[in-house]
Amino acid sequence: MSLQVELEQHRNVLIVRLRGELDHHTADVVRFKMEDAILRGRCDHVVLSLKDLQFMDSSGLGVILGRYKLVKSRGGKMVISDIQTSVKRLFELSGLFKILSVYETERSAIASLEVVS
Amino acid sequence: MSGHNYMKLAFASRSENEAFARITVAAFVTQLDPTMEQLDEIKTVVSEAVTNAIIHGYNGSEQGTVTVEAIIDGDTLSLTISDEGGGIEDVELARQPLYTSKPELERSGMGFTIMENFMDAFEVETSQGAGTKLRMKKRIESKKALFN
Ligand SMILES: Nc1ncnc2c1ncn2[C@@H]1O[C@H](COP(=O)(O)OP(=O)(O)OP(=O)(O)O)[C@@H](O)[C@H]1O
Ligand SMILES: [Mg+2]
Repeated sequence: MSLQVELEQHRNVLIVRLRGELDHHTADVVRFKMEDAILRGRCDHVVLSLKDLQFMDSSGLGVILGRYKLVKSRGGKMVISDIQTSVKRLFELSGLFKILSVYETERSAIASLEVVS
Repeated sequence: MSGHNYMKLAFASRSENEAFARITVAAFVTQLDPTMEQLDEIKTVVSEAVTNAIIHGYNGSEQGTVTVEAIIDGDTLSLTISDEGGGIEDVELARQPLYTSKPELERSGMGFTIMENFMDAFEVETSQGAGTKLRMKKRIESKKALFN
């Protein structure tokens, strides 16, 4: 049981797709790969696609919030797409919905950012 | 009705065992015929408790032992998750939403809040230097019963 991180750049937007289970054990690789892509690439914004994320706990909340702060400190925006019911409940409990916009699809998430940039 | 059943799992305080623990408990609980949502909640709760034992109880040391016990009694699941780590100094404070003693590790302080929300009963027993034991209960109404 592990986690795959798929990265794709679409103009100045970094698309991050998480597949599998995000917990304390797998959080480091997400942190590292996103950090690396954000700092090295020329992307301003991030779309975090959670369509194939089967499991997440509070460790995931921490990583997502951490990357959100990084993107924001660089003047960009980070949004979420394709959120599952179980992950949605954690977002609600933690108040993450108040700071992160959530879109139905990757496409609508990207569209929202292109208006911004 | 599932009657009475019991399981106990003891494992090293290594992060790869977080998935092992939640998947094992989920497999054990299947006999109660839970919904996907209930199963997700139970997996999340086990993951929170085991992660806390590893990160906070044992401070990241892999030499500790985490113990998970599950009892099924009728339609009720009882979970006990314990460590023999450092214990919690101030339980009231620790249970506050967003409180974390390790913000530098990107913890969000939501573990206790999630566990309390996903379970029907939740209790913390802790003693400094001796460890922490969480006792929780959740009723799993059978899906079959809903149709009667
Ligand atoms: N098993 C434990 N042993 C020692 N201290 C603990 C234990 N479990 C929790 N704590 C203490 O309680 C605090 C709150 O725990 P909680 O799970 O709510 O948040 P967290 O683990 O810090 O962050 P998150 O769970 O969101 O990643 C912890 O920061 C820690 O100080
Ligand atoms: Mg925790």
